Amino acid sequence: MNDLEALRFRDPVRARALVDALGHHVRRAARPPDRPLAVMHVCGSHEQAIARFGLRATFPEGLEVIMGPGCPVCVTDVPEVDEAVALARQGVRIATYGDMLRVPGTAQSLADARAAGAKVDVVYSVTQAVELARRLEEELVFFASEFETTAVATAAVILAGPPANFSILSAHKYIPPVMEIVAEMPGTRVEGFLAAGHAATITGWGVFTPFVARHRVPVVVAGFEPLDVLAGLVRLVELIVDGDARVDNAYPRCVDEHGNRAAQAMLWQVFEPMGGRWRGIAHVPNGNLRLRGAHARWDARRRFKIDLAALWDHAPPALVQHCQCGDIMAGISSPHACPLFGTACTPDAPVGACMVSTEGTCRIWHQYGGRPDLRPRAAGATP
Amino acid sequence: MISIDDGVATVDFFGVKRLVRLDVVDAPVGPGDYVLNHVGFAIRRIPAEEIADTLALYDELLRSASDDLLAGDVRGELDATEVPR
Repeated sequence: MNDLEALRFRDPVRARALVDALGHHVRRAARPPDRPLAVMHVCGSHEQAIARFGLRATFPEGLEVIMGPGCPVCVTDVPEVDEAVALARQGVRIATYGDMLRVPGTAQSLADARAAGAKVDVVYSVTQAVELARRLEEELVFFASEFETTAVATAAVILAGPPANFSILSAHKYIPPVMEIVAEMPGTRVEGFLAAGHAATITGWGVFTPFVARHRVPVVVAGFEPLDVLAGLVRLVELIVDGDARVDNAYPRCVDEHGNRAAQAMLWQVFEPMGGRWRGIAHVPNGNLRLRGAHARWDARRRFKIDLAALWDHAPPALVQHCQCGDIMAGISSPHACPLFGTACTPDAPVGACMVSTEGTCRIWHQYGGRPDLRPRAAGATP
Repeated sequence: MISIDDGVATVDFFGVKRLVRLDVVDAPVGPGDYVLNHVGFAIRRIPAEEIADTLALYDELLRSASDDLLAGDVRGELDATEVPR
């Protein structure tokens, strides 16, 4: 078929077989056109692969694949950005991942603060932040974002003993609890979840077993390569149609049931899960990772008095009130439904975090033509 | 993986030499092994027989446009493992 010829699959025969299998299972579901089978993935890399390889064009009618809160930069809440901006404006040197630089806080982003003279460094790894601190006399705070896979790296440098002028401002997030929130949203249409492969490399697929037991929806762990995403979707839709609520692993080369126990031990030795807001989602019980008391000496929140009040004199830009980033991450809206998408909100002038991060739905859709689903949709079309 | 020195591995990624920390890797590793790298840390040893598709994808990504998001993430991982100056 023509739609697959446009895709740069290394193995088009396998891709064809997976697309056919997906169509077969979706047809078995025999859904009416106005009630497609809806699944959610919780991984920015899944959305990148879906958009980059044009996978949505191969999905059968009757299947809707929604991106959930799988972009860690996007779910970093405004008060966390405010803390980093406030510290920077107090004269403390901040190091962070590049994606965090332009994420809007209440009044400013870290990029704004840097333009106004604050010391903000972009690093690719927490190790580079530690190396930077070793070369400096002054205090260096690493503003630590991203999910548990990356929090493990932060934990490792804490346990290895960083220099005394180094500390952590943790905005690390833990994925499993937010899946609970999405599954419990009133009126949610999500019937199954595609879980992120690299997070499961750490936690193991077994971490989703209690979730599946509670909510009776299947979870399939999938990698981010295009064939991995397709294979994961095939298995997920098959489980949904069969009414078989279980966890399955479609990424066995990187994921097993128990995960990386050494990494888990380090993660939970350094961090404890705490409730907190995720931007656009809600308060997520146990969704934030914060330094335990035993590691308080590395905790920027305990080391510095962070004065947020100075930021709140600035009114937020009016456009932000129209931003649909939160609804998009909750799976109840899409970039095309946002009046700002591609007009008032672009990668060069982002209004919301979803347009900032390379893992944000809006940024990804904008990057790959703004309309990754190239398949013509006839009203009332049947599978 | 080419060599290991004091918990840090020197790895070869398409001809580029990088350092990857072994603090959190799940299994004993040595020269010749493949590891999954995340922000400069090896998080899993991957059997050599399962690596071909991944290498092929990365090879294609590294030859793609500079504004490609997936390719950008791969390059970011490379930069995360840069040898400290």
